[in-house]
Amino acid sequence: MDRQYQKYVGDFIIWSVLLTMPLWLHLVGGYTPLGTRVLIMALAAMALNFLLGYTGVLSFGHAAYFGLGAYGAGLTIKYLIPNTLAGMGVGLIVGIVAAAIIGLLIIRLRGIYFAMVTIAFGQVFYFIAYRWNNITGGDDGLSGWSRQPIDLGFFKIDILHDEKAFYYFVLFFFAISVAIMAAILRSPFGRTLLAIRENERRARFLGIPIDRHVWMSWLISCTFVSLAGTLYALLNNFADPHDLRWDQSGDFVMMAVLGGMRSFWGPLIGAAMFVVLQDYVSSMTSNWMSFIGLFFVLVVLFCPRGVLGIIRRRQVQ
Amino acid sequence: MTQLILYNVFNGLIIGAFYALMALGLSLILNLSGVINFAHGGFLAIGAYFAFALIPFVGFWGALLIAPILTALLGGVIERILIRPLYGRDPLYGLLLTFGLAFIIEDGTRKIWGPQTLPFSVPEWMSTPLSANYFFLTGYRLFMVALVTVAVIVLFVVLNRTRLGMRIRAGTLDLETVSVLGVNVRILRSVNFGLGIYLAGLAGVLAAGMLGLQPTIGTDLIMPSFVAIIVGGLGSLPGTLVGGLLIGVASGVTSVFFPSASEAVIYIMMGLVLLVRPRGLFGEEGRF
Repeated sequence: MDRQYQKYVGDFIIWSVLLTMPLWLHLVGGYTPLGTRVLIMALAAMALNFLLGYTGVLSFGHAAYFGLGAYGAGLTIKYLIPNTLAGMGVGLIVGIVAAAIIGLLIIRLRGIYFAMVTIAFGQVFYFIAYRWNNITGGDDGLSGWSRQPIDLGFFKIDILHDEKAFYYFVLFFFAISVAIMAAILRSPFGRTLLAIRENERRARFLGIPIDRHVWMSWLISCTFVSLAGTLYALLNNFADPHDLRWDQSGDFVMMAVLGGMRSFWGPLIGAAMFVVLQDYVSSMTSNWMSFIGLFFVLVVLFCPRGVLGIIRRRQVQ
Repeated sequence: MTQLILYNVFNGLIIGAFYALMALGLSLILNLSGVINFAHGGFLAIGAYFAFALIPFVGFWGALLIAPILTALLGGVIERILIRPLYGRDPLYGLLLTFGLAFIIEDGTRKIWGPQTLPFSVPEWMSTPLSANYFFLTGYRLFMVALVTVAVIVLFVVLNRTRLGMRIRAGTLDLETVSVLGVNVRILRSVNFGLGIYLAGLAGVLAAGMLGLQPTIGTDLIMPSFVAIIVGGLGSLPGTLVGGLLIGVASGVTSVFFPSASEAVIYIMMGLVLLVRPRGLFGEEGRF
């Protein structure tokens, strides 16, 4: 009962912070788009953690689907229909289709081999975006478009000019995604994923079709990462080829580890810390790469369980 | 046309040789220690910059000899301090740590030597074409192919004929048993790591002579090296060698007909290999 109670308090605190963030963020030196970026990165990191922390499969190539979502949304709005939701839909579908196909190729691999193949596959889309200049803008990224106000017929939301409105627009999708992932994890299917994480061989002996389950988990994870990618492109009104690159994948894994892989909300906390740190360091020094690199090394050596992991361990002791 | 194709095949072979050198080092470390060394490209850059710094004092040949050894020593130190604590833990941590390390190395070289491309001079007589018809056959390029061949032969002789090599190969299969038999596994891993880094450093010196010297020199070579390992088959060093050469040539030939796909083609090859033979061309069944 006590733990249950604690869980509700935690959820309550997190949602109240997220709901009120635009109201107080400027008081602590932040700005609304920074809060939006935290939300988007948190969604991507939580989606990655669905695979990493709850299925025990290490993907180091999730940036590919993040970037596909971003480019899908950007290209649609720029060339096809200037409609935000349509762009998001296309970005999402592109990400899902790519993930489904590549998932089929790699699903039989495990462990470190899986990680390596995901890294390598991530690069295909980077080179496509990078080389196909006349469509994607190449190295300069895809610009010359912007997110469009949402027209619900009876009521119009100007997410383009009102940054707070866009924050709540993102929070809406974040909440839905998180709720879906939480529901899946509570379902029998989600429990099976945990069983695979804990002991794949035993799960196989129990008759669980491992490959299919891992593929599904991969697909769910990539779906929400693509969604985060579409939102990220909308936030910046820009799609950057570096969103697709392996460094971005590393950042996602870092966020998950930093917050705590074995907890549902960990990646959110990790993403918040990482985004704020990155924002701060890159405004202070041109050597931000060294700082981020050093940060990676220190976290791995001294804080591998992440923030929530440490807190939980304290409680147990 | 034939000349153009020949040129690109040869070019691809050279690039493939770089991939293979990188990938062999990566494979050595991965097989024995279970660490994907993301910083491998960074070590390649360090080898190249060490050579650049040494050339005024010891000349090209001296640098070629000393720079990779220095790089290997640095690699050994880094292994001892940073990577050793991670053995036996989730492979995720090794990946993240070497990932951070790659950032630090790239930024560090940029800080010390500047972001611009530095001139890297090879001896005069090697940079002139040997034949008017085959303008691409410079002495340096032939020399590179020869040196990579020798390095690979030496590596395989060491692995197959010496006690050290035997221990490395045995450790790849079952490190615990090797340890029980009285081999100091810690030292074995350090030496093996250094050996892998030595190959990266050597590739760095050679690559700088051909591609010029800039901080991102290694970053561009590391991804194809992963592909080389996957295509060749994890756990098989001859496979890695073949994989590297294969994707190099494929990329070279593609650049004749469809230049903008010259990078993407190697990933398509990887996809095909995984589709037909998930363990890679020479990979052992059931190991991964």
